[in-house]
Amino acid sequence: MTSVYGPATNWATDFDHADPEYNKNIHKIWDDLKTSGCPIAHTDRYGGAWLPLTYEMVHEISYDTTHFSSRSPVVGQLKPSEIPDAVPAPVGGVPPISSDPPFHAGARHLLLPIFAPKKIDPLNSVIREFCHKLIDDMGDKEFVDGAVEYAQNIPVMVVAHLLGFPLEDADQFRVWIRSALEDVGEAREQRETDQLALADYINKHIDQRIENPGDDLISYLLNAEMEGEKLSREHVFGTVALALIAGIDTTWSALGSSLLHLANNSVDRRRLVENPSMIAQAIEEFLRAYAPVTMARLVTEDMDFHGVQMKKEDWVLLPFPAANRDEKEFPNAATVDIDREINRHTAFGLGIHRCIGSNLARLELNVAIEVFLERFPDFEQDTKEEVKWSLGQVRGPRKLPLRIVTRT
Amino acid sequence: MRVHVDPSKCQGHNRCYALAPELFDVDDYGNAFELNDGVVPAGLEDKARLALANCPEFAISIEE
Repeated sequence: MTSVYGPATNWATDFDHADPEYNKNIHKIWDDLKTSGCPIAHTDRYGGAWLPLTYEMVHEISYDTTHFSSRSPVVGQLKPSEIPDAVPAPVGGVPPISSDPPFHAGARHLLLPIFAPKKIDPLNSVIREFCHKLIDDMGDKEFVDGAVEYAQNIPVMVVAHLLGFPLEDADQFRVWIRSALEDVGEAREQRETDQLALADYINKHIDQRIENPGDDLISYLLNAEMEGEKLSREHVFGTVALALIAGIDTTWSALGSSLLHLANNSVDRRRLVENPSMIAQAIEEFLRAYAPVTMARLVTEDMDFHGVQMKKEDWVLLPFPAANRDEKEFPNAATVDIDREINRHTAFGLGIHRCIGSNLARLELNVAIEVFLERFPDFEQDTKEEVKWSLGQVRGPRKLPLRIVTRT
Repeated sequence: MRVHVDPSKCQGHNRCYALAPELFDVDDYGNAFELNDGVVPAGLEDKARLALANCPEFAISIEE
């Protein structure tokens, strides 16, 4: 796999968030940029993109839907205006994450009840049972891959359950998701082929649910109405694609980063093993310190933003993970402190696009970590193998070599 | 002490409901609201302050 742009040459003026070095060294890169007086990095790659790094700027952009459109939340080599059949604003291709006001509110409103806490909580036992099964499947192996054998499987199961997709198709989902989220710097042809295959798969399932409705999100969307009208096929399709793409790599990443922390911090791990009631607060700190998701916006008109001249249609990355490490908002931001009680982190975004699956993600994280610590009270990173990080806007370990020391 | 969730600011992060379910609840859309007209029973003042300090949208206010 080779990026069409080649390696990034300078993180301030030629950054590339899909360069393998970026996610691997992300905290040092941000620190170096900030200490060298560059709180907004730029690149000409992808047709021009900005990377603002402070909490204040991330906060401001999140709430300013007039100057920053959500039409394409993943940076690509082409702008939506260069893609002939791209769904226009304010709807975008994957509503509501790609939608702007005024369309956004209605599209989000009809999804909120599906993801509300009291609707999600009953999945606890399903997820718990699945996590135990994943660990049972590891047998008595001393060395396991926490990303591949554990973390990645949990959100795939949950999303398949939600959409009524067979779990046997999981490997295929992961190929398409990787293509959509990680291969943004690769030659476009393969990515376009993958997107067509994903579209065929989703369309096949939508057709099936039209014939035979079930108790799943696709059937719900086919029945739903916005302002007295059924949703367009395009809207149903986009929301299904969103549910598939947005819920898997993100949760997988947060879970993998949390396990990596626990593998390398035995004091934290022991405290959580001994006091499982502390896990929820610890997870909030892991979400702050290892937030996986950076979103993207498109500038709607030429403007001055904190002294830089942004042009219409420039990309702006919205790095919630960097905001979460801003010393001004989070004292000792670089220290991962599971006792941190005041934690207004932005891992799930801010404003109208707050991650709609955040309750589900938190449930998955809590259950998955509870079960892992219960079954493996002592484990450590296997330093003979390297941790492999994802590429692009969702950051997390894709290979997480662990050594299991004790099991129950 | 009274707490209040500004519904125009709440985006449904559910931090208040998770940290202080005695003081906050969520509706079918996952949006939070204060219980008991916002009156904080004696002994739960710290929970109210904790909820305020963890709301990413700054949607919670406290009247002492």
